[in-house]
Amino acid sequence: MNQTKATRPIGIEAVSTSNSTNEAAIVKAAKTESRDSVNAVIEAVNLGHSYNTSVGSAEILGSVEFSVLPGEFVCIVGPSGVGKTTLLRCLSGLQQPTAGHVAVDGIPLAGPSTAISLVFQDYSRSLLPWLSVIDNVTLPLKGRVSKGERRARAEKALREVGLREASNRYPWQLSGGMQQRVAIARALVFEPRVMLMDEPFASVDAQTRETLEDLVLRIREDQGQAVVLITHDIDEAIYLADRVIVLGGRPANVRANLSIPLGSSRTQLQTKARPEFAELRAHVHRLIGG
Amino acid sequence: MKGLLLELWLPVIAVALWLAISASSKSPFFPPLQTILTKAVKVWITDSRLTSDLVPSLLNLLMGYGIAVLAGVLIGTALGLMPMVLEAIEPELEFLRAVPAVAILPIAIIAMGLGDDMRIAVIAFGAVWPVLLNTIAGIRALDPVVKDMSTAFSLSAATRLFVVRLPSAAPQIFAGARTALSIAVVLIVVSEMTGAHRGVGYFILAAQRNYAITDMWTGMLVLGILGYLLNLAFRILEGRLLHWHPSYRTQNQSRGKVVSPKTALSQQATTGAVTL
Repeated sequence: MNQTKATRPIGIEAVSTSNSTNEAAIVKAAKTESRDSVNAVIEAVNLGHSYNTSVGSAEILGSVEFSVLPGEFVCIVGPSGVGKTTLLRCLSGLQQPTAGHVAVDGIPLAGPSTAISLVFQDYSRSLLPWLSVIDNVTLPLKGRVSKGERRARAEKALREVGLREASNRYPWQLSGGMQQRVAIARALVFEPRVMLMDEPFASVDAQTRETLEDLVLRIREDQGQAVVLITHDIDEAIYLADRVIVLGGRPANVRANLSIPLGSSRTQLQTKARPEFAELRAHVHRLIGG
Repeated sequence: MKGLLLELWLPVIAVALWLAISASSKSPFFPPLQTILTKAVKVWITDSRLTSDLVPSLLNLLMGYGIAVLAGVLIGTALGLMPMVLEAIEPELEFLRAVPAVAILPIAIIAMGLGDDMRIAVIAFGAVWPVLLNTIAGIRALDPVVKDMSTAFSLSAATRLFVVRLPSAAPQIFAGARTALSIAVVLIVVSEMTGAHRGVGYFILAAQRNYAITDMWTGMLVLGILGYLLNLAFRILEGRLLHWHPSYRTQNQSRGKVVSPKTALSQQATTGAVTL
């Protein structure tokens, strides 16, 4: 019954009939998706979710399917309200999907796992104001490793995000961008296989946003963990990602799964000025808008 | 310094007015403030009633209040974490809370006699409610983002309770404890008005019965000062422990700076009737 109203297939084929032949070539390249889910670090398998409401059940996610390879940077884009956050909650183990499952290293996920760590959108709420920066960062390690080790790992994570000197300050004494860096450092202390980020830069100014985007790219480069980042910002998704997954429809399904062939070293000015960038941007825009 | 001036201007004017207006008073019930002050020094300091009456009162007060805060936080935390149990016993809690602590005084006297135990118990019973109810509310009001964070990072139960839940409930617990403090001061006085042989409450009632009106006034003055100092001590403690809270934050200044009580947490205090 969902099939009828949900899928108005704005598939890749539909778009590639558009006038730009150059775009078609890129789109064709993008279509070659890696399907070797055997090696996937995290994958969504026929993932569906519905909520029971007073008027019946509301299906948010239809049958979402994708996989993320180790070290891969995947951005999930979609219009607001499409179910991105529900998807992320399922991926992180905060919520059990009502259909299908999430697998981490091939093993179905039953709940939160230390292989996955989460960066929330609202840093001002996810950081604890009564703990200093260093205590916020060591929090996930509490009761797992010795005090000395906790401190050492937290300091390493803080150095990684460039906040080594701020460790004894309190989150509310820092700017928004710095607070989000603390949250990223907290997500790094586990040395997770996957870092999930829920609209992490939605509440900082444009300048800070670019700095943080580059920071996350560099961290991925340094530490090699996979990153799954949810955003509604198409530019951000294309700039950051090795692969962009476009969610759409109601219930939401994967509308497109595009490789982003922009190379591994990217810079805000040059990468975004490239013609391929503009074409990918237009392409994703149509996928979402359609 | 500016804060101090802001806080002191009204009391200074009020005392000055009281001094001036009462100076020529001939009424036996409203003696001049000057007389009251002279008498207060004589009674409370020279005759050392501070140690014979105020100290016992204060000890009972602190005992009863301490028990109230401890029990309120412990039981409140437990109930806040167990919504089912809370729902089951909520009517009973509301009933007990609605019983004025003063009304249990007669039964407390019969059950426990006229000793300090009885007074401590009455104070604890009366003062526990704001702490208990605010603790329940504070524990339950955990920000969903913080809750998700605790789950996502698989924090242990102990870490969740002591590092996350309790600190996040602390502002509300403190607001309740502040209300409880003033209830405790009222109750110590009331409890000492029955069957006591010492204490500030006893002193005030005894003075009134002996028509020693000026003495009675000095007792009231001492109580007022006691209440103020207790509240001040409370605010300093609160400012230290809740230095991170938005109402106490001072971007780059020293910790624990005391801000004006009105802008502090007082507005979070339990609203509704305070039952005595």
